[in-house]
Amino acid sequence: MLDGFDALVLARIQFAFTVSFHFLFPAFSIGLASYLAVLEGLWLKTGREVYLTLFRYWLKIFAITFAMGVVSGIVMSYQFGTNWSVFSDRAGPVIGPLMAYEVLTAFFLEAGFLGVMLFGMEKVGKKLHFAATLAVAVGTFISAFWILAVNSWMHTPQGFIIGANGQFLPADWWAIIFNPSFPYRLVHTVIAAYLTTALIVGAVGAWHLLRDRGNAGARKMFSMAMWMAALVAPVQIFAGDLHGLNTLEHQPAKVMAMEGHFGSHPDGAPLILFGLPDQDAATVRYKLEIPKASSLILKHDLDAPLAGLDSVPREDWPPVPIVFWSFRVMVGLGFLMLGLGLFSLVARARGRLYDWPWLHRFALAMGPSGLVAVLAGWITTEVGRQPYTIYGLLRTSASASPLDAPAVAASLVAFVLVYFAVFGVGVWYLLKLMGHAPHAGEPGIEAGPDRPIRSAGITPAPAVERGQ
Amino acid sequence: MGVDFDLTIVWAFIIAFAVFAYVVMDGFDLGVGILFPRLEGDERAVAMNSIAPVWDGNETWLVMGGGGLLAAFPLAYAIVLPALYAPIIAMLLALIFRGVAFEFRWRDARHQAFWDRAFFGGSLLAALAQGIALGALLQGIAVEGRAYAGGWWDWLTPFSLLCGASLVAGYGLLGATWLIMKAEDGLQAKARRYAKRLGIVTVVAIAAVSAATPFLEIEYYARWFAWPNILLTAPVPLLVAVVAVAFWRSLDRREYAPFLLALALFALSFVGLGISMFPYVIPNEVTIWQAAAPEKSQIFMLIGASVLIPIILAYTAYAYWTFRGKVGTHGYH
Repeated sequence: MLDGFDALVLARIQFAFTVSFHFLFPAFSIGLASYLAVLEGLWLKTGREVYLTLFRYWLKIFAITFAMGVVSGIVMSYQFGTNWSVFSDRAGPVIGPLMAYEVLTAFFLEAGFLGVMLFGMEKVGKKLHFAATLAVAVGTFISAFWILAVNSWMHTPQGFIIGANGQFLPADWWAIIFNPSFPYRLVHTVIAAYLTTALIVGAVGAWHLLRDRGNAGARKMFSMAMWMAALVAPVQIFAGDLHGLNTLEHQPAKVMAMEGHFGSHPDGAPLILFGLPDQDAATVRYKLEIPKASSLILKHDLDAPLAGLDSVPREDWPPVPIVFWSFRVMVGLGFLMLGLGLFSLVARARGRLYDWPWLHRFALAMGPSGLVAVLAGWITTEVGRQPYTIYGLLRTSASASPLDAPAVAASLVAFVLVYFAVFGVGVWYLLKLMGHAPHAGEPGIEAGPDRPIRSAGITPAPAVERGQ
Repeated sequence: MGVDFDLTIVWAFIIAFAVFAYVVMDGFDLGVGILFPRLEGDERAVAMNSIAPVWDGNETWLVMGGGGLLAAFPLAYAIVLPALYAPIIAMLLALIFRGVAFEFRWRDARHQAFWDRAFFGGSLLAALAQGIALGALLQGIAVEGRAYAGGWWDWLTPFSLLCGASLVAGYGLLGATWLIMKAEDGLQAKARRYAKRLGIVTVVAIAAVSAATPFLEIEYYARWFAWPNILLTAPVPLLVAVVAVAFWRSLDRREYAPFLLALALFALSFVGLGISMFPYVIPNEVTIWQAAAPEKSQIFMLIGASVLIPIILAYTAYAYWTFRGKVGTHGYH
């Protein structure tokens, strides 16, 4: 069965699988940490019960999400070495320090204050607790900063020299960190995380509004989420466009694959909306296209020439069908999010935000769309970087560890089984928590029937479970 | 920059510190997991509550050890991890099970028994895998050029299994002595009994690993027994004996001393490990200087590390302080 699957292909599948799974959690928790900080801040400022209710409601969800993010993240920090040792050896002097800074400035901050955030409200008081929540929220952002600096450097490497032993050696740290694609990728990714969270919060709010439009917590969270979607979705589309133009400048082959431009267009390139790219035949079949629109978007000029993949050696082509389709999924979902935001503005203007079931059904359906779009976006940019790990300089085929195929096959199977089982169950627990309506007197993590730290002797969890 | 100031040695100590911090801190919470099947009902709640607020921070030192190795000694990272592929992957998967169990066990009463087993199994396997990885590194790794040159079962030997079992016992000891500090009454008495048994096993294991190490056909023998090294190395086993006796005498009455003395046993073992390996990071093959990142990387990181590590230690201490004292079934009072 594994014929034709060499160790390299298996290692690539394993990395893609584990990193995709992992990123789902931070994509949600980066935004959720900030949302929790906002909720707690509003509670401290206004003293309104509903904010505390929502804070406690989402804190339980955050705890599970964060735990899954941590354990799947540890896997990533070791997988560079276990499976991509040549890459690690050669790029280590440049990317290693950035990742060390991520640990020092972000991971410790998050982990150090997470305990206080989850369990410490009664022990440290409101203000210090709020400080802990802020520390965790800031930590998630700092983490994104460093890891995206590393990732962006792999796309647009600069500020290095090549040593006699073949290693990439740092020459200018400022240039390495603030490499050309980094600001765009950082903004696009962080906004994506906020949007992802807003869509999930909105969907949970919508679910409970569909059942009980009077629920104060559901109304508040839905309203907040819809503001976020309405304001941030257009910003994200704009940021994504800028990111695309930056990619055109530095990684043109990726944009050619996104656009499905196998051939060059000297006088205006069409925008292919849909079609079936055929990499071997170097053509897009059954395509539906708008003449010259691609040149208009990418060059702001209908007749601007755009080079195609025929200007790039074939061995340097990324896998076009994957990039072409993942890009369309991302963009399509982005416009649906914009649609949801606009719909909510209309509903708000008409005073029907809380009693328009179609809006709520739409928001509910869009709940996972942020996660899907985030994955599609990462697939676009990472597969689009192929066949390189460090763009233009180190090929993926030359980056892997000298491992036997059976070793990688075994670990890949183990990862797939464990991830689907463990994280599948985790997601089910999340859905269970989301399925119960927020209510006044919402139990926190440190108290209440579903966490025995305070009340195990009084109301054991099993009794409550059975009583439901 | 002083001429005699060897950044590579500084970084070797920083990474060693991170690894030791990890072993000590995650050691006791893995140890609590290893003891889990021996605890019943509320005892489990107490045991888990005693580590729930700090385990994530503890495990961050593992990321620091791995990330720091990549940053400061990329060649070592690139050779060691493929060589230890199976134990490392096993450890990562085990840590997933035990990490999520902290949250999942409270969320699903019907499957609490399952997540308790996952917590135990994950803790046990992680400890075993870490010990095996250490043993496999100590017994030597085949290197060719800048890459690992062995097969994917090279790590499996009686010696590496001995190291794995030893670390399980050692972590169990840390967990038991941690519970002596954090628990009261019945659970504390139980923890004392387990600390006694595991203390014996751990000291025997330290002796066994120490006795086997000089015969691994690596230059360890010379480093330990050649004159004048022996003047420096001889105190280590003597101190282990002194600490072991002190530990034994503290067990029946003291609350904090057993944990601190168990830590001292780990510290002495760690010093012994350092004596065996220095200045190699991969025994007989790659020295810390050969594996080191260029000076520019070392300096860039040192600026951050020298400011941030003290801050990290400060707020880690704050987190521990916040959750100090005894843990009842009714939580932190």
